[in-house]
Amino acid sequence: MSATMTMVGRSVRLTRRNVDTMIMSVVLPLLMMALYVYVFGGAIDTGTAYVTYVVPGTILLCAGYGAASTAMAVADDMNSGMIDRLRSMPVQASAVLTGHVAATVARNAVATTVVVLAALVMGFRPSASPLDWLLAAGLVLLYVLALSWLAAGLGAVARSVESASALSFVMLFLPYLSSAFVPTDTMPAVLRAIGDNQPVTPIIETVRGLLTGTPIGSAGWIGPVWAVGLLAVSFVFAVWCYRRRTRR
Amino acid sequence: MILEATGLRKRYGDATVLDGVDLAVAEGSVLALLGPNGAGKTTTVRILGTLTRPDGGSARIAGFDVVTQPRQVREVIALTGQYAAVDAQQTGRENLTMIGRLLRLGRAGAAARSTELLERFALTDAADRRVVTWSGGMRRRLDLAMSLVAAPRLLFLDEPTTGLDPASRATMWDAVGELVRGGTTVLLTTQYLEEADRLADRIVLIDGGRVAAEGSADELKARVGGDRLELTFRDPAARERAAAVTAGVVDHDVLTIPTDGSAAELHHILDALRAAGAEPDRVTSHRPTLDDVFMGLTSRTLASTGSTR
Repeated sequence: MSATMTMVGRSVRLTRRNVDTMIMSVVLPLLMMALYVYVFGGAIDTGTAYVTYVVPGTILLCAGYGAASTAMAVADDMNSGMIDRLRSMPVQASAVLTGHVAATVARNAVATTVVVLAALVMGFRPSASPLDWLLAAGLVLLYVLALSWLAAGLGAVARSVESASALSFVMLFLPYLSSAFVPTDTMPAVLRAIGDNQPVTPIIETVRGLLTGTPIGSAGWIGPVWAVGLLAVSFVFAVWCYRRRTRR
Repeated sequence: MILEATGLRKRYGDATVLDGVDLAVAEGSVLALLGPNGAGKTTTVRILGTLTRPDGGSARIAGFDVVTQPRQVREVIALTGQYAAVDAQQTGRENLTMIGRLLRLGRAGAAARSTELLERFALTDAADRRVVTWSGGMRRRLDLAMSLVAAPRLLFLDEPTTGLDPASRATMWDAVGELVRGGTTVLLTTQYLEEADRLADRIVLIDGGRVAAEGSADELKARVGGDRLELTFRDPAARERAAAVTAGVVDHDVLTIPTDGSAAELHHILDALRAAGAEPDRVTSHRPTLDDVFMGLTSRTLASTGSTR
């Protein structure tokens, strides 16, 4: 446990000092949101102010960018000799992964807060009660944890930081094929089928409903089930990847 | 023996990296694994450091088996890899304190140990700057310091000075020397003859995954012949007279005479030459180098062999 806390402290320190990571996980989603709201938003009819529609999607997009940084940080440790140093010491070397995942959650908390504050400035008017905020935050946390462990696993098997970055592309791409930026019923049938049935859409619909009072419907249970399921699978995947990489 | 390994074997796919390596290291001594890139040095260190499992053979460190008792082995050893495993975005002190905390020295204990090691490796002035601003030599010293937080009984150094400039290399050698005087056992790998010659009590020459020779530097050099004198003469007739009264051989106008390297024998030879009226113009003395040894044993030079790992 003390090894884990030490590695969490390390990862948080590294993440705070890594300018690229901070830009990628905070500034990039902000720019994307501004781009959607001010450039594309005027042409997209969602029935509400577009900024109000796009906030939940942007929060999930943040999680993807944050996790891409995680995959790179883990790959760096696995390929730089740090993992060999830890594994030759009498400590739980896998704490290095837990450290990166915890730092990702911290980084995402900052990014999400910044995105929500910026959205309020842009005209986002949520109708959520404190309990709604808490439930939405909890669901986002599950999703962030799931992506972080997935990223940690990808980073653990990647043979270089560059390939880790390439592998994490899927995590960045999924929100675009969901109801994050446009309602799925505007998409062609095939894409709509994908969009409606992939995990990001029900999670976004649940967050959107909690924050702005749109009808949630079945997404209210499908979203959380997806999030918990993804987290379980990602964690097992990460453990498997780590064991495979460090198999003696 | 703090380390005993017998018959270590390792294959990666079709490539046999280690083909039966035996090693023994006495506590308090320094063993150098000397060989070209691809000889199997790093793989040997990774097996002994509990990072890789051998396909065959066994190794015990301080009585513990590296395959079945890695946890106990890790309490005894520390490993400094080929590339400095330090966090560039942490300060030197933060890097050291992190290791101390992982080793459960406690907050105060880790801080005190960091200060002590920073002092010892002349890193105090830079201690609170991020390592990204440090020189390569300073990073290597920090890397070594991080391996010493736990005061290991046996330290593995995988190519500790590869890529360092001569001044940093000398500083690193001093640091290793001091460590050994303090009683730490060291197993280092190197492709530099000078490094093995200077630091090691015993040298194991490794080539193609096998031990090609082992012994002290002097013993290895003796295996390819002893010292020799090379004499040049202005007068060819004098050279012939000199060859006649000594056990020398003439090649390319140079007379080469084997010796035992002692001053007395040098004296004796020069006296004999004067008596024969065959005084040389120049006399040079040659000791065999480890490169001669390596070439003699493998028909190759260290520098000319290829590939990594």
